[in-house]
Amino acid sequence: MFTLLQIELYKIFKRPRTYIAFAAITALIIIIQLGLKVDGKEYADFVLADLQNTLEINGKIINGYFVCYVILQLLLVHVPLLIALIAADMISGEANMGTLRVLLTKPISRTEFIIAKFLAAAIYTILLLIWIAVFALLASIIIFGTDDMFLVKNAYAVQIEKVDIFWRYIGAFCFAALAMLTVAALGFFLSNFAENSIGPIVATMSVIIVTTILSTMSIPLFNKIKPYLFTTHMVAWKEFFDVKVNDANETIRGTVQNADKIIRSSIVLIAHIILFVGASVWVFKKKDVLS
Amino acid sequence: MQNIINVKGLSKQFHNLTAVNQLSFTVNKGDVYGFLGQNGAGKSTTMRMLLTLIKPTEGSIEIAGMDLFKHRKEVLKNIGAVIEKPDVYKYLSGYENLNLFAKLSGIRLSRQQTMQQLATVGLEQRANDKVKTFSQGMKQRLGIAIALVHNPQIIILDEPTNGLDPQGIADIRNMILHLSNELKKTIVVSSHLLSEIEQIATRVLIIDKGKKLIEGNTNELFDASQTIVEIETTNNNFAFEQLKQSSWNNFLLKERITKPVLKMNKKDIPQLHKDLITMNIELIAMQPKHSLEDYFLSITSNNQL
Repeated sequence: MFTLLQIELYKIFKRPRTYIAFAAITALIIIIQLGLKVDGKEYADFVLADLQNTLEINGKIINGYFVCYVILQLLLVHVPLLIALIAADMISGEANMGTLRVLLTKPISRTEFIIAKFLAAAIYTILLLIWIAVFALLASIIIFGTDDMFLVKNAYAVQIEKVDIFWRYIGAFCFAALAMLTVAALGFFLSNFAENSIGPIVATMSVIIVTTILSTMSIPLFNKIKPYLFTTHMVAWKEFFDVKVNDANETIRGTVQNADKIIRSSIVLIAHIILFVGASVWVFKKKDVLS
Repeated sequence: MQNIINVKGLSKQFHNLTAVNQLSFTVNKGDVYGFLGQNGAGKSTTMRMLLTLIKPTEGSIEIAGMDLFKHRKEVLKNIGAVIEKPDVYKYLSGYENLNLFAKLSGIRLSRQQTMQQLATVGLEQRANDKVKTFSQGMKQRLGIAIALVHNPQIIILDEPTNGLDPQGIADIRNMILHLSNELKKTIVVSSHLLSEIEQIATRVLIIDKGKKLIEGNTNELFDASQTIVEIETTNNNFAFEQLKQSSWNNFLLKERITKPVLKMNKKDIPQLHKDLITMNIELIAMQPKHSLEDYFLSITSNNQL
């Protein structure tokens, strides 16, 4: 199994297309950081426009933590596309190249083979998120410095002390990894049914777009299915940046307002990953290789 | 002879299409087993079932005494295969591809061993070039090196000469003969080039519409008295006239007018050669051909009627 995983990772990282995602993410982060470095004050004024009449906000609003939050909000919507490019290509790409039949004439177990392939896609996904973490968080901290984080939610504002932020990012990135692994598992599952990569990539993106729309629309009919859609739960990383308050309306360090929601969403996402990967193994074991 | 592949009642149904229908055959150890059939006859489906790429709807496959689907990994350790095109990773070099597939076969090769393996198929000079720069023949040779990397006893080749130039076809033929004669491998080979099969196979299976038409030793299957012999001379008109006036007139195929063609017993070819010299016919080439093709066409067309 370890040899299979090594081989799969070797193949992934030998392909030039693998690095497109890393390059695209780096470019996007640099553009956002540059924009906020140049016009950060105007952006802060725009975001806090409604509150500036009622609150006096001191300190450095555009700091490394805030910039990272902005980047994640923008980026985590698009990262699934980059993940789908690799995950949805894992089986179908091999079928398209004709290498699937060559691989399966070798003395390897089909189950081990497909699990190794998913693990390779999962490692790629996690490395992509680590890359985002390094550039979006650490580089932003170096460029913009640190301070308390001030976030505007739908009906209220949250101020998180700077000493209470870093662990939240670790939690948020771990949760984002889970969300992106769900996308990878979906793409991987769909990859079983085609002999070219385009179909599964487009299908993965279509599923994400449709379910995201269903997750965000407040229509009673859709509300019933929302809790079962993985896209409803993918944005729960933001919950790490909502803090409990005491009776004096002061934030309590080290707390999360809706920890239950994070746990519930994590369980739903893990269930989806198990479902997609389990179904992939089942389908692949029965699959006739005709490519 | 010891059976090494034993196929019984093999069938494969794709929705409404029966690709292979109750096919049974045996391959003996050391055979070069030719697998013949028209396009869509079920050859590739059968080959893929022998490699577990396709699951049969019905029937059993036993290889080296083991049930293929129950002992898949164990059986595949003893098989090397090239199915249709030898597809490999085009973005990797020949060296990297061979190493990668060796690991998948459970073999760890040193750099020197990998280069030796590449040298056996004449690719040592291109070892570090990306496969996307390889010619079709080079890819085919790399595919064969990959199939043989774990020194299997059984080699399955599905249309191994597809897309190759005459030199490439001759190279593959010689390699199959070398593997069989020198290394004592058992080889199952399918090809649409019937003359190729005729030159290398010790036993032949002919299938049509997924069903077995005939199976047997190559020598026994083809009637030597019906060999077609094509003659090329410096003056074909003169050769025609001379042959018509000789006892060979009865064997001359009158409908062939560009060059003399005779339908005759293979054992009489030396006598024909002597007579041509006596008749002052200057011979350029004399080639027995198409005996298997004629046999194949007759047997498959009879089946269609």
